[in-house]
Order: sequence, then structure tokens, then C-alpha cells
Amino acid sequence: MLNYIWAGLMVLSVVFGICNGRMSEVSAAIMNGGGKAVELTLGLLGAMCFWGGIMNVADKAGVTARISRLISPITKRIFKGMDPKSAPAKAISMNITANLLGLGNAATPLGLKAMREMQKENKTPERATKHMIFFVVLNTASIQLIPTTVAVLRGNYGAASPMDILPAVWITSIVSLTAGLITAWLLGRFERKK
Amino acid sequence: MAQLSDYLLPILVGAAVLFALFKGVASFDVFGGGAKEGFETTIKLLPTLVGLITAVEMFKASGGLDVLVHALSPVAKALGLPQEVMPLALLRPISGGGSLAILESIFQDNAPDSFAGRVASVMMGSTETTFYAVAAYFGAVGVKQIRYTVPAALTADLVGFVMSALTVRLLFGV
Repeated sequence: MLNYIWAGLMVLSVVFGICNGRMSEVSAAIMNGGGKAVELTLGLLGAMCFWGGIMNVADKAGVTARISRLISPITKRIFKGMDPKSAPAKAISMNITANLLGLGNAATPLGLKAMREMQKENKTPERATKHMIFFVVLNTASIQLIPTTVAVLRGNYGAASPMDILPAVWITSIVSLTAGLITAWLLGRFERKK
Repeated sequence: MAQLSDYLLPILVGAAVLFALFKGVASFDVFGGGAKEGFETTIKLLPTLVGLITAVEMFKASGGLDVLVHALSPVAKALGLPQEVMPLALLRPISGGGSLAILESIFQDNAPDSFAGRVASVMMGSTETTFYAVAAYFGAVGVKQIRYTVPAALTADLVGFVMSALTVRLLFGV
């Protein structure tokens, strides 16, 4: 699936570039894209090391197990059959907590840690497990309680009350996340019957 | 609100280290072990990101977004989305930085408290950069068959877009 989307983006870019007479911009994008990815990776590298380290400390101190138990009423419904004391469950709980609190810089490293833990238990390493799919869908839908960046921008551009969108954001988040999880669940059942 | 996260982050980190201290954990050694794992994951991620980001940059440079916005305007109308937020809806799943820039331009042209401004805010606050997350999460562990992840994640995005217009209509009565 990603193969098609990636190829589609590349081919469409060339076609649109020719039609719009923007081939010099497209060439520049090809030359600079890799550099941008390196910049992003380098920017992420420090956070990844730091949060990987802190996660390990919190784990040994028993903090992650506690958080995992605290939010297990939510996680055990999404990740059926997962032991809340297991390493993947603890990393998933930390990622969800960071997401809820809007700590994006911590959520990605913790999420990648969770993927790594799930991959360790994956018997088919090239193929995604159900839990992985649910977890990624959960991370593609924003579950942030307070969307700080948007609120700050609204304030900067003169919104009377920048936070007045919160209830709308919460309702939208919950409905879209539920739709994503239900779709994943349905597609999972459909796939099995094939 | 910016202050809230200013407090949260240091307190969370401090609490973790404090607990470790009480438990007699060799915290600095343990930290090093975890940090090394984080380092390795990030390096494994780079090739995936080079591919994805180059494609997204090419697409933005080609002006393809404007063409798609134009082509999809009947769909936007049918879904109850204001025309002005279409570029945001299209770019949101593939580029975090790009969609933030579009959000700002919507605020500039329409004011944040206009219908389009509010819908764009809710859209931005309730969705994520889907393709980046999918590519990064699976790329980092080397999973190739991602099965039905993309359709499920895109359904969530689409429902999110429609719901942003709907909730703004219901809650602000525009």
C-alpha cells in the first residue's frame, strides 16, 4: 500500500511539475529532500536517545508498570489479550500518556520503543501484527487533550478565545479514532475469512 | 497552556529519576542502555524518511496540491467542508510542517474565528501526519507487510475532516 502511495506521489509530482511549468522547483525538491530527512532525523536523534533512556529508568523504577495499570481499562479493550505487565504494554501506555498530555517530542520515541517491543514478540517479522496495526492507527489519530500549537497560533492571529474549539476537537478526535479502530477491526475479520 | 507543558515535562522526568533513586536503580547506567537503543532505532529510520520526505517535497513543489484542490472541490462541497480548508485536508496526512503553514495562511485570510478558521483549527487539532507515522513506525522495525493499516488510518482522517465541519456547525451555529 505504501509502495503505491509513494510511487503515486513521485509520478504525480513529475506530471504536475510539467503541466504547471514548475520542473525547476521539482528538481530542487529532489536534490534537497534527502537533506531535509537527515535534518529531521538528526533533530529526532537527541530526543530518541533521551526518551529511550528515561523510559528505561522509569521502567526499572516501576513507574511504567504503574502507568500501564492505570490506563489498562482503555488499553485492554483495544489490545485484546495483552498482559498489562508485559514490555509492549508498558511502552504503549507511556506513548498514550505522552500523546494525551501533548508531549509530541516524547510520544514518537516512546511509540517507536513500543513498536520495537511488539516486534520482539512478532513471529512473522515482515508482517504487521494486529496489535501493531491498532497501535499505529491510534497514533495517526490525534488524542491530544489540549492542542497547544493550534491554540497558540489562534491566539497569535487574534482569536477572541483560542481554546473555544476544545470541545469540537475532543468530539472529532474520539469519533475519528473510533472510526479508525472499527475499520481496522472489520478489515481484520474480513482478511481472516479470505 | 504553553506553561502547563512547561511544568509537565520536567516534573515527569524528575519523578521518574526520583523513583529510581528510591529503588536503588543505577539510573545513569540504565539511562545509557535505553539511549543506545533509541539511537539505533533512529538510524534505522533514516532511509525510510529520505524516501518519504523527498516524495512529499516533490509533490509540494510541483503545484499538484492546487490541481487536486480544484479537482476535489465537488467532493468538499458534498462533505460540507468549506473550500478554504481543502488544501489543509489534502496536505495534513503527508506533511506536518506543510499543514501548519497552510493553517497559518487560512488564519491570515479568514481570521481564526471564521467558519473556515474554526474548521481548520479543529482539523489540525484532531488529526496527525498519518503517512509519516505509518512509514516511521513500521520502517523503524522493518515490517514490510502493513496489511490494512493505511485504509483504517485514512478512514479515521476522513471521518475527522467531516466531523470537524460538523462539530463547528453544531457548537458554533454557523
